[in-house]
Amino acid sequence: MSFLGVVGHVLMVSGGVVLFTSGLGILRMPDVWNRLHAGTKATTLGSMLFLAGVGCLRPGWIPKLFLIVLFIVLTNPVSGHALARAVHMRPEERPDNLLRDDLETDGSLEEDR
Amino acid sequence: MSNSFALVIFGLIGGGMLLAFARLLTGRRGPDRAVALDTATLISTNLLVLIALFEGRSMLIDVAIVYSVLSFLGVLSIARYLDGGLK
Repeated sequence: MSFLGVVGHVLMVSGGVVLFTSGLGILRMPDVWNRLHAGTKATTLGSMLFLAGVGCLRPGWIPKLFLIVLFIVLTNPVSGHALARAVHMRPEERPDNLLRDDLETDGSLEEDR
Repeated sequence: MSNSFALVIFGLIGGGMLLAFARLLTGRRGPDRAVALDTATLISTNLLVLIALFEGRSMLIDVAIVYSVLSFLGVLSIARYLDGGLK
């Protein structure tokens, strides 16, 4: 097996481990805020590692794989932010040990309402 | 590309998607299900690329691109719905 093949297999397995950890965090984390961490950050890193590994094995697919990685890197923080903002609008999801809430107190929500 | 490697990588990514789907089915409230749906669609985009690699069909990469665009739009519209709709 060539050097690029070894690198590709290692990257694919590490990306698969990160993606599995993301699913595990979605199932095991206690409330929706913790699940957002597992669901958005870990899938971004896992997708980048995994698709880089596939690109090492099939160099002809690199332009399309790069398009997928670029799209995931651009859109995953946006969807995570939209979800977090939507969850913040529901008072029953507030945790009991919340110390400060900058989004509620700095007045930026009033511009939308 | 040995057989045991295929088993390991399909087990990891498919297992992650099954765990996210378990939260999608059992999530107590709407936001839990929305976050689980976001994760499950992103993991299944990677699963499509993996199937394209093992089947050797580059057409499935195009399917993965379109699927990631549509899942982003779907999650964004669900988030707007949870937010209280368009204002």
